[in-house]
Amino acid sequence: MIRELANPTRFMSLSGIALPWIGGLSAVVLVVGLYLAFFVAPADYQQGDTVRIMYVHVPAAWLGLFFYVTMAASAVGSLVWRHPLADVSQKAAAPIGAAFTLICLVTGSLWGKPMWGTYWVWDARLTSMLVLLLIYGGILALWNAIEEPNRAARAVSILTLVGAVNIPVVKFSVDWWNTLHQPASVFRMGGSTIHPSILVPLLVMAVGFTLLGVALHLSGMRTEILRRRVRTLTILEAERLDAGLAHPAPAGPAPIRTGAA
Amino acid sequence: MSPYTFFIAGAYGVTAFVVAGLVLRAVLDYRAQVRALADLESRGVGRRSRRG
Repeated sequence: MIRELANPTRFMSLSGIALPWIGGLSAVVLVVGLYLAFFVAPADYQQGDTVRIMYVHVPAAWLGLFFYVTMAASAVGSLVWRHPLADVSQKAAAPIGAAFTLICLVTGSLWGKPMWGTYWVWDARLTSMLVLLLIYGGILALWNAIEEPNRAARAVSILTLVGAVNIPVVKFSVDWWNTLHQPASVFRMGGSTIHPSILVPLLVMAVGFTLLGVALHLSGMRTEILRRRVRTLTILEAERLDAGLAHPAPAGPAPIRTGAA
Repeated sequence: MSPYTFFIAGAYGVTAFVVAGLVLRAVLDYRAQVRALADLESRGVGRRSRRG
């Protein structure tokens, strides 16, 4: 199954079928999630209505981390097996992960101002998340700096794996240091500390965001496969043109000139 | 109206803007590659021409 999917032509065929379904499902789940977030979930007894920011902030944070882990797994595929689809997966995941990390930081800042009295504090969780965004920026810059896709993939893979050190730091920063950011309250030993009336809309939004992220990733991979085909054909055309110029076609018979010059 | 409306609307507005940007970029980039590929193939540049 995985070997079949790993064939780019097969991947294009299967992803072409799955993409509209995943995209449509993400839209439906997000609409349901937004309804639950705004019309069903109660305001928090301490944070009031600002808790509604959590329904976009937390899923965005999860996806920022999720896409980095996806890139790190693909980086192993690139370095160990040198599989072109692993390169494609890495490249497609980077802008999506960066965008969700940016959403997490901005929405967190907008949540922090009314609750903490400041948009930003150099807290371990916030700082490690900012470092994650900067790593994403470096990876995107490196992809654009090296033209040859295979060389770019190898360089980016190394950077991605080095940057993966930051992932456990983000996750456990609230446990390792005394932070202003609250500790883990959904995935923790002993179960979630969030009341179901707030937890259920959060999980629905998280599923909707994840489906959206997967749809965007599949779409990005399809585009990257096409981009590589275009690149290959463009090089092929250029080679043919060069060969044509180096060995021009033999000249035909001279035109018969009639009349006075 | 909640005293936090600005912050809540801002958070959802930024999220919608960034997500819309991601979706738009995905659609436009895909279309551009499909067009480029069709253009190359219409000029007779194909994988088979490597053998020919």
